[in-house]
Amino acid sequence: MTETINTDVVIVGAGPVGLFAVFELGLLDIRCHLVDILSKPGGQCSELYPEKPIYDIPGFPLVTGQGLVDNLMEQCKPFHPVFHHGEMVERLETIGTAEHPGFRVTTDGGQTIECKAVLIAAGGGSFQPKKPPIPGVDAYEGHSVFYAVRKMEAFAGTRVLIVGGGDSALDWTLNLQPIAERVTLLHRRDAFRAAPHSVNSMRELVASGSMDLLLGQVTALEGADGHLEAAVVKHDDGTSTRVVCNRMLPFFGLTMKLGPIAGWGLNLHENLVPVDTEKFETSTPGIFAIGDINTYPGKLKLILSGFHEGALAAQKIHRYVYPDKRLTFQYTTSSTNLQKKLGVA
Amino acid sequence: MAQISFIDSSGQTRTVGGEDGATVMETAIRNGIPEIEAECGGACACATCHVYVDPAWAEKVGKPQPMEEDMLDFAWEVQPNSRLSCQIKVTPDLDGLIVRTPARQG
Ligand SMILES: Cc1cc2nc3c(=O)[nH]c(=O)nc-3n(C[C@H](O)[C@H](O)[C@H](O)COP(=O)(O)OP(=O)(O)OC[C@H]3O[C@@H](n4cnc5c(N)ncnc54)[C@H](O)[C@@H]3O)c2cc1C
Ligand code: FES
Repeated sequence: MTETINTDVVIVGAGPVGLFAVFELGLLDIRCHLVDILSKPGGQCSELYPEKPIYDIPGFPLVTGQGLVDNLMEQCKPFHPVFHHGEMVERLETIGTAEHPGFRVTTDGGQTIECKAVLIAAGGGSFQPKKPPIPGVDAYEGHSVFYAVRKMEAFAGTRVLIVGGGDSALDWTLNLQPIAERVTLLHRRDAFRAAPHSVNSMRELVASGSMDLLLGQVTALEGADGHLEAAVVKHDDGTSTRVVCNRMLPFFGLTMKLGPIAGWGLNLHENLVPVDTEKFETSTPGIFAIGDINTYPGKLKLILSGFHEGALAAQKIHRYVYPDKRLTFQYTTSSTNLQKKLGVA
Repeated sequence: MAQISFIDSSGQTRTVGGEDGATVMETAIRNGIPEIEAECGGACACATCHVYVDPAWAEKVGKPQPMEEDMLDFAWEVQPNSRLSCQIKVTPDLDGLIVRTPARQG
């Protein structure tokens, strides 16, 4: 069991809106920990459209998704935020009072963090693997069908069917091939999105007869009690092949699901968290929601709106973190106090 | 205005007018066509606007660009006539276009 961390604010989600909130909170001397299920910061911008241009960030006629995230990381650096990547916030418990809120946040990695306010910047929800619409696939999940590899040893001596054409599919094909009894890679076409050297290594293994490559799509699974015995693969020409396998790893990218937030006792409206437009606080004092996850009259799901919401939420959070301190309004341009915090004065 | 027909997975046909220059996806969303989700709003980043182009129209509509082919890897039950409807621009040439929508997008 890891030790409980104490901090001012836990930010759920390290998307663009969570990242800018670190900056706004930092200016008010509020320390943050961020938790995100993804392995890197940036939410939708870095996961869904890193290379695509964004044209409506004030002051940036054009910036790419990843470019914006890199800049936000640079901007919040002076405040030393702590990132917990690859972890899902599972539980959120209230441990304080309405006057002096306190919260305990628990991740699926077993980390607990106690804090004075929680800022939910969870966007469209947590990124989770897409599940293929193969009839009956649910019954095999956790026994024979996995969407990620936690322990490689669990695949030793098995017959693995890996489905997909990106880096995850290729990397696991190459990693599991030496230890599995047989690896079959299945993709819908003979072109791969993965790194060229991985594709070359895979093709060499196929040429030497050490693994199989099939083109097509899985249409049915055979087995009993969650134990997979074979997959039926349909090819473009209408013919089918039965692939004998006892493990399947489908890699079809990620999709956003609301996830554990539904169980935190918050009011929800169509999977969004209603907030007021003065403080962006939820129905639970001390829990705030900003960015794509919140809703209020006139809400626009724009990065710009999320930035504004973070700045306003920070004002109220200050009251919870420093109940006795008065907040004075200052500009970063002229306040030496703020500039000291930014390390530029 | 080109007339575009969407046939859903249960076989029901809905015919709507598409403005020149708009995409087939935008035409579907504006007219409340079911079975097109378009989560990413047309950025070719979600594959939830997948359609099957009627074989008679395949040639006129053309083949996907490499970026769209890559994104189609994330769609289900992809066929040789699969396209992402946000990458098909409506032109007068496409008047009468027929596309089918799959039962499942996401
Ligand atoms: C293709 C595309 C193009 C876009 N173009 C524009 C544009 O031009 N301009 C614009 O303003 N907006 C654009 N958007 C929208 C913009 O990306 C979103 O508004 C923005 O990403 C919202 O930021 P966020 O920080 O609120 O949430 P997100 O970016 O969704 O990040 C939320 C993060 O929270 C994590 N998370 C959620 N729940 C949990 C949990 N329980 N535990 C751990 N982690 C969790 C998720 O994994 C995710 O990383 C576009 C979106 C897409 C998909
Ligand atoms: S709308 Fe997302 S790929 Fe077409």
